[in-house]
Order: sequence, then C-alpha cells, then structure tokens
Amino acid sequence: MTLLRKPWIWAWIAAIVVYAATIAATAGASAAGLAQAAFTFAAFSVIVGLGQMFVITLGPGNVDLSIPATMTLAGTVSLKLMDTADAMALPGLAVALGIGAGVGFANYALIKALRIPPIIATLALSFVVQSAAIWTNRGLRIKPPETLAAFSTGNLWGIPNLAIVASLLTLAAWVLLERSAWGRRVTAIGQSLPAARRAGIAVHGVRLSAYVLCATLAGLCGFLLSCFSGGAALNMGAEYLLISIAVVVIGGSSVAGGNSNVPGIWGAALFLFLVVSMLNTYGFGAGPRMILTGLIIIAVILAASLRGPASRGM
Amino acid sequence: MRPTADLIRLAVPFLALGALLAGVFWLQPRAMSYTGLNLLFNLAVPIALATLAQMFVIAVNDLDLSMGAFVSFAACVTATFLHDTPLLGALILFAAVAGYALLGVIIHLRGLPAIVVTLGMSFVWLGLAVMILPAPGGAAPGWLRALMTVRPPLLPMALAASILIALAAHLIMARSSLGVLIRGVGGNERSVARAGWSVLGAKAAAYALAGLFGVLAGMALVGLTTSADANIALRYTLLSIAGVILGGGEFVGGRVSAVGAVVGALTLTLAGSFLSFLRLSPDWQIGAQGAILILVLALRLGLDALERRGVRA
Repeated sequence: MTLLRKPWIWAWIAAIVVYAATIAATAGASAAGLAQAAFTFAAFSVIVGLGQMFVITLGPGNVDLSIPATMTLAGTVSLKLMDTADAMALPGLAVALGIGAGVGFANYALIKALRIPPIIATLALSFVVQSAAIWTNRGLRIKPPETLAAFSTGNLWGIPNLAIVASLLTLAAWVLLERSAWGRRVTAIGQSLPAARRAGIAVHGVRLSAYVLCATLAGLCGFLLSCFSGGAALNMGAEYLLISIAVVVIGGSSVAGGNSNVPGIWGAALFLFLVVSMLNTYGFGAGPRMILTGLIIIAVILAASLRGPASRGM
Repeated sequence: MRPTADLIRLAVPFLALGALLAGVFWLQPRAMSYTGLNLLFNLAVPIALATLAQMFVIAVNDLDLSMGAFVSFAACVTATFLHDTPLLGALILFAAVAGYALLGVIIHLRGLPAIVVTLGMSFVWLGLAVMILPAPGGAAPGWLRALMTVRPPLLPMALAASILIALAAHLIMARSSLGVLIRGVGGNERSVARAGWSVLGAKAAAYALAGLFGVLAGMALVGLTTSADANIALRYTLLSIAGVILGGGEFVGGRVSAVGAVVGALTLTLAGSFLSFLRLSPDWQIGAQGAILILVLALRLGLDALERRGVRA
C-alpha cells in the first residue's frame, strides 16, 4: 500500500472518520450541508496554510506570525476603499494583495537587516500592522460590495466558490512546490541552508519570495473572509495564527522544514473544521469542545510520530 | 577589565528600559514617585513570571504556544477553587505543574514538535478555563490580595517583587546544577546524554519549572485584578516570547538570561504606557510594543558588531 505511506494520508483519514461520525449522529440528514460548510470554512484555512507551508519549509525557526494582523489590515483597508461599490472590486483586491506583499517584504527586511529570528521579526511587525488596522478601522463596519458578498457565499453546482478558489490555489502551490525550480530551492534551503548556498542558490531571494507569497496569501484570505462575513472585524484573523501552523503540521509536513506536502493541508483543514462541528453535533459545550479539539490535535501528532522514526525539531 | 559578551548582551535590555523610563519621567515628572512607579509597573509581575516560564522552555530549544492559555487557566483556578476550597485549589495547581512535566516527557520521548503539542494544549487549558469560569468572576484569596498590594518601604511592590523573582530564577538557571543541565540540553543534547546525565529528566524539570512559574503568574494576576476570566492572559503567549528574546535570549542553544527576561518583560509593560504619556492615540499601543522590540534588537545588532570588531582588533 503505497498510499498509506504518504505523509498526508492521515489527515484525510482523520477528516473522513470525523465526517462519518458526525453524519452518523444526525442519521445522515445533513451530509451535503455539512460537506459544503466544511469546504467553505476549510478554504480560508487552506489559503493561509499554503503560505505558511512555504515559510515553514524554509527550515527551523521559520514561521510567519503576522498572518492574523495582515488579514485584518487587508480586510479593513480594502473594504474601506471599495465602500460597497461593485466597480471598485478589482482595485480592492489589488490593495489587499498589495498590503500582503508589503508586509511580506517588511518581514523579510527585518529578518535580513536585523538578523533577528523570523518568529520575533514577524511577531514584532504584526503588532505594528495590527495597530494600523485598529487605526484604520475605527470601529466602522463597512459592508462588502454586493457582487463580492454574493460570490463569496455562493456556489457553483453545489461546490462553494471559495472552495474552488482555494483548490485552484492549492493546485498552483503543488506545481510550485513539486514541479518548479523555485519550489525545489525552497525545499533545499529547508534541508540545509549552507548546502543550498554552496549549491549556488540565491538564498535570500528565495526566502524573501516565500515570505512575500505567504503574506500575500494572508492578504487574499483577509479580503475573502471580510467579503464572506459581511465586513471586517478587528479580531477576524486571530484564530488563523494557530490554524495556519496546525494545518501544515497535521497535514504531514515536517515542522522542522525541508519536507512539505500540499494535499495534507486540505485534509487537515477539513479535519479541524469537522472536529468542531462533530463536537457541536454531540452537544458539547464550548469548554469540553476546546479540550477535545486540543487532545485530538495532540493525538493526531502522536499517531503520526508512531509511524516513522522520531524526527527532531522545534 | 573588558566586559564579557554576555554582559554586553545583558546591558541592552537595561539600556532600553532606562531609556523608556527616562522618556516617561521627562514627559510626566510626577511619575517619578513611589505611587507613579507602582502604577507604571502595576501589571509587570505576572508578565515577568510568565516570561520566566517561557524562558525555561526556550532554554531546552522548545517553544510554548500555550503559555497565555495556561496562565488564564491558573488564574481561573486561583479565583475559584483556591479561594473557596484552598486545599483542592492547591491540589489542582499542583496537578497542572505535574501535567507540564508530563508534557515535557512526552515531547522528548516521541520527538514531537513542541510548537504543535503546546498549540494543542492551549485549546485544552482554555477549554478548562472556560469550564471553570464561563463568565468573568471569582475572587482573589485574601492573603494573595494582601501580598500583591503590600507597600514595602523604598521600592514599590511591583519592582521589589520583580527583583526578587529575577534573583530566584537567576539562582535556578545560572547557579544550580539543574539550571546548567537544562541549558546544556539546549546547547548540545547529545553531549549531555554522553556525559551520563538524563536528558529526559532535564526536559521534565524545565517543563515543570515552566508550569510552576506559569501558575505563579496566574496567581499574581488574580492578586492584582481580584477576579479572573478565561481570556484574561491570552496576550501573554506572544508577550512572554518577546520578553525572553528582548532580554538577550536565543531560540536555540540554551542561551537565555533570567535577569534579562525580567527586564525584557518590564520594558514591554512600560512600552504600552509610554504612548499614553506621549498623548498618541491608544490605537498604536500594541504597535509601540512591536516598534520597541524592533529597536532593541537593532541596538543589540549594533553592539554585537562593535564586539566583533573589538575581538578582531
């Protein structure tokens, strides 16, 4: 069974088991609705997860903690710019992506110029970006343009539009990681930075582009999320910090970098959403739901570690 | 005598704190008093304790993303069980510390990524906290309230306590064989094992110390605020990591400083209130903490470069 050896298979098995357990509790009444909801909400996790994956692949210590702040800033500023006008949809999107790219550049500038660990650089910058978001938001809640709101909540032949967008991005990310020279370079840097440098890879350029890509995807996710939920909120990105890291690692990518896979991100994103809805269906309160979510995350990591030799890393 | 590299490294957080303090005093001379200092550093003690807790984990090359949730949990237990049934409360907090040690054992034995395990644990602690206190409430035990609001002569409580805490953690980390062992595991795990020490024991001890200081942070917080809430300390996760690094710590290599970590925590505490003295919009308060973090690290880079030039000359 070569399929069982794939690192991403466990996240998918876990997602399917949880899906089945939830459907069983409702006697199959909500099978289609649950799948639709799962794919919609997983789409957001996938978009930020893909970016985080490229950054984590760069090796130990590479994590982008500025994702939530970037999402919030991109969401607030783009909604403010569009001001519910459909005609401004494209400029709004461009601004969201631009903010993301800008944060990515700034992140890597700090890492490179000050030689500070990426965790601290992105953390420090995220404080600044979050403040900028608070300052632009000012408690206003601007609705997204109607076309965008309709698009982000709509579906095509039963498949949520957002899931289609995320799938296309996933496909692109897979090609980038597995089939492009750039992706090979990212992986090579993650396995050994000195070796990659000796092999003639422009290490800084590749790392910079990975951080920019990650933050740009965060900007896109913030844009889509604020259109989907009818406005930008200051805490809208908060939960995506942990989720973006969790989907990468639960999806079977190595947290120490240098060994990542794309399909696992979808499995893990679906799994994380389905766990919460399963516990909801079984009537758990907020407290027990969180405790079980945490224990299940740890159990999946533990199960994944049992299949191979223990791998070290932060 | 030439100052050693470690001393220079430790000087940076002190310089940053001194500069911030000077700025505050210049803007508001009335802050230069017993009461003023007490207000400025009011919430410093729990943040300093949480930063030290994070330091023990960072010393063994791990990272704890559940610190804020754990401090919240400890605060909720303190405001409920420790207040109503002290024995049961103490037992729960003791079990939480034991749980932390167990976490260290599991992470080490299975070679699990600490980031992800603590990520999972953050949900667990938060869930427990929500179950204990679904709505903000509870009450601080009288003795704890009295301890946190005591007014010692000369120095305000927050500063006196910070100095005592820093000294205690410094003794554990730099002057005890356990501390050396913990830092050794961070530096080179294999050579510690070859020398016949138990890496497992060291990791369990580091995590247990993290749990202990996390519990103390939660208790101190309740002593100050007199009530608790499940989300009361969620910010502490990122603040504690920033404090350790600000204080001269490194993510890998077991290079951490207890005194530096406490000073780093004080600096971050002060950074928030500095802005209100500048009469800038409170919107930028979090941003100021980020900017100060960046500035201090830039300063450290400059000093490191000076130091290297000194070595070459």
